Amino acid sequence: MLTKQDKIDIFHEMTMIRKFEEKAGEMYERGNIRGFLHLYIGQEAVASGFMWPLRADDYVIGAYREHGQALGRCASPRAVMAELFGKSTGVSGGKGGSMHLFDVNRRFLGGTAIVGGGLPIAAGIGFAINYHGGDQICLCFFGDGAVNEGSFHETLNIASLWNLPILFICENNLYGMGTAVERASAVPNLPRRAQCYSMAVETVDGMDVLAVYEMADRLISEVRETKRPAFVEAVTYRYRGHSIADPGTYRTKEEIEEWRRRDPIVQYGKKLLDEGTLSSEEIEKIHSDVAKEIEAAVQFAEDSPIPKPEALYQDVYANRI
Amino acid sequence: MSKGDKMPVIYYRQALNQALREEMRRDENVFVIGEEVAQYQGAYRVTEDLLEEFGDRRVKDTPISEEVIAGIGTGAAMVGLRPVVEMMTVNFALLAMDQIVNHAAKLRYMSGGQIKIPMVIRAPEGAGMQLGAQHSQNLEAWFVHVPGLKVVTASTPYDAKGLLKSAIRDDSPVIFLEHALLYSMRGEVPEEGYTLPIGRADVKRKGDDITIIAYLRMVHIALSAAEALAKTGISAEVIDLRTLRPMDISTLVESVKKTKHAIIVEEDWPQCGIGAQVVDQLQLHAFDYLDAPIMRVTLADTPMPYSRELEQSALPNVEKVIATAGSVLKGTAREPAVSI
Ligand SMILES: Cc1ncc(C[n+]2csc(CCOP(=O)(O)OP(=O)(O)O)c2C)c(N)n1
Repeated sequence: MLTKQDKIDIFHEMTMIRKFEEKAGEMYERGNIRGFLHLYIGQEAVASGFMWPLRADDYVIGAYREHGQALGRCASPRAVMAELFGKSTGVSGGKGGSMHLFDVNRRFLGGTAIVGGGLPIAAGIGFAINYHGGDQICLCFFGDGAVNEGSFHETLNIASLWNLPILFICENNLYGMGTAVERASAVPNLPRRAQCYSMAVETVDGMDVLAVYEMADRLISEVRETKRPAFVEAVTYRYRGHSIADPGTYRTKEEIEEWRRRDPIVQYGKKLLDEGTLSSEEIEKIHSDVAKEIEAAVQFAEDSPIPKPEALYQDVYANRI
Repeated sequence: MSKGDKMPVIYYRQALNQALREEMRRDENVFVIGEEVAQYQGAYRVTEDLLEEFGDRRVKDTPISEEVIAGIGTGAAMVGLRPVVEMMTVNFALLAMDQIVNHAAKLRYMSGGQIKIPMVIRAPEGAGMQLGAQHSQNLEAWFVHVPGLKVVTASTPYDAKGLLKSAIRDDSPVIFLEHALLYSMRGEVPEEGYTLPIGRADVKRKGDDITIIAYLRMVHIALSAAEALAKTGISAEVIDLRTLRPMDISTLVESVKKTKHAIIVEEDWPQCGIGAQVVDQLQLHAFDYLDAPIMRVTLADTPMPYSRELEQSALPNVEKVIATAGSVLKGTAREPAVSI
């Protein structure tokens, strides 16, 4: 059960992810951030809702649209921003960038730019948990595009066969780059694709953080207890293009407007207001606190040093060769 | 073992088996995973009896799913286990290249040093059994190309045991390449545990006139050629590279300073193959000592044919090595350049 404070903290976190991403987009326009930048705006309820019931010793694997997931797993916004700036204080020491965020202390294990690449690794983590007889679980996030990769099928098969404690979370934001799900999938009903590996499958409204949280809380306990993997499709929407370079012309204005009306943060804020958890002044205050927090993250990133030249050859191997 | 005792003579595959067994006994975190490694005892019987001793928690049969097998190794290594992954043959490792090249080799670097991947991927490779193009390949150059991976080869049972043990203890991902034709080779292997350093070449035979550089099965071709050359009064030094990445250049340079001549025998293809790297390093570090260009004996630059005669003609052999050594020593090495 969520306490009043939990509810407020979740609201704070979603707002933080949103503002972080808006600021990241702005910093990209200014040239402070380079490379690919895939923003998570619109999908905040998924990261927050799924991550909230996790224990500190559980593991999380993301894909390349993973800023929201890293932040949801409590990575510091300063260290994530510094990573996007390529600074040595970044979560990955400036060696990873937007698509390769890692925070091992928080058991956030990436950050992969290969569509579907995180799934086999999640299987390895699940295997290691069982090997030690632990009761942690691994959350594995990926997009609808990954369902068409071979790695998806290899991983779900072995996860089911070996009872690996993994919750597979497919963030179905309806598009893989510019390709709509129906144009990429012979069976666009994604849970059905997982179901044939004999695991529990569910679908959740990924714009409703409380619905996501409730499902996550239940499924995480189930996976932990039964050691059976499960699959969730969280139906959501990314407001922005695939990456900052993508104007997203394959989607209609009407479609985007329709989804924006269901904005996860606005909806959730309304609910908290209606039930009296937060007043409108308090909501305003959260917005301005978060804005300050993100400003501080940018300042930290700006002030941080770039990696030393020696860093180029460091950490290729565990020992010097 | 006291002096004068004879060491046990065992098969190469048994030497590997001993290494696995000793490391699994030594460290609870070491486990073996792959297709047919447990019940079936290994396609080449390298994992024989491991299931019996260690149980199915630590000796895992998998479905035919190479990408997830490599991914399980990578993920498990990320969180503290020490996987030894068997790829049934190197040819099937190609289905796992994403996990090997994009993930295992990169995670430490991309995470700014937060992650280590103490994983070994073992795979047999090689030709000579008339298995056709898809089962007769040496792909070491593919792996050697990738920073973040180490690549180790063993030419004898003794080396196989010592190097595999070091590979398992290494905290970086190691590709450990075996040769299908070497599994049934016999040699002396001490029963006690010993390791051999990764990153050191081994002088397998001393000589003064020419350096023959080889690795894996080609070491034996080189040694036979050296013996034949000795009968004609030519003294050849044979160096086994053993580790291809990191490569021990100084041992090669020392040898070339003495012999002034070098050839390389390799079972991979010529273009950007291992020998190309050796030549680059020798011309850089030993140019002034060389009396003739370095030459290479490689696999023919074609997919492997099935027919026995064609297959044999594609492979390096003793005669080719002797002839190549002869032309380097006579200074007739410079042939017209061929472009393909
Ligand atoms: C193996 C692979 N193929 C192609 C790409 C290029 N690519 C990057 S993201 C993407 C779309 C993936 O869509 P989805 O998995 O639905 O994730 P989303 O962008 O919706 O978060 C593609 C095709 C890639 N990075 N990796």
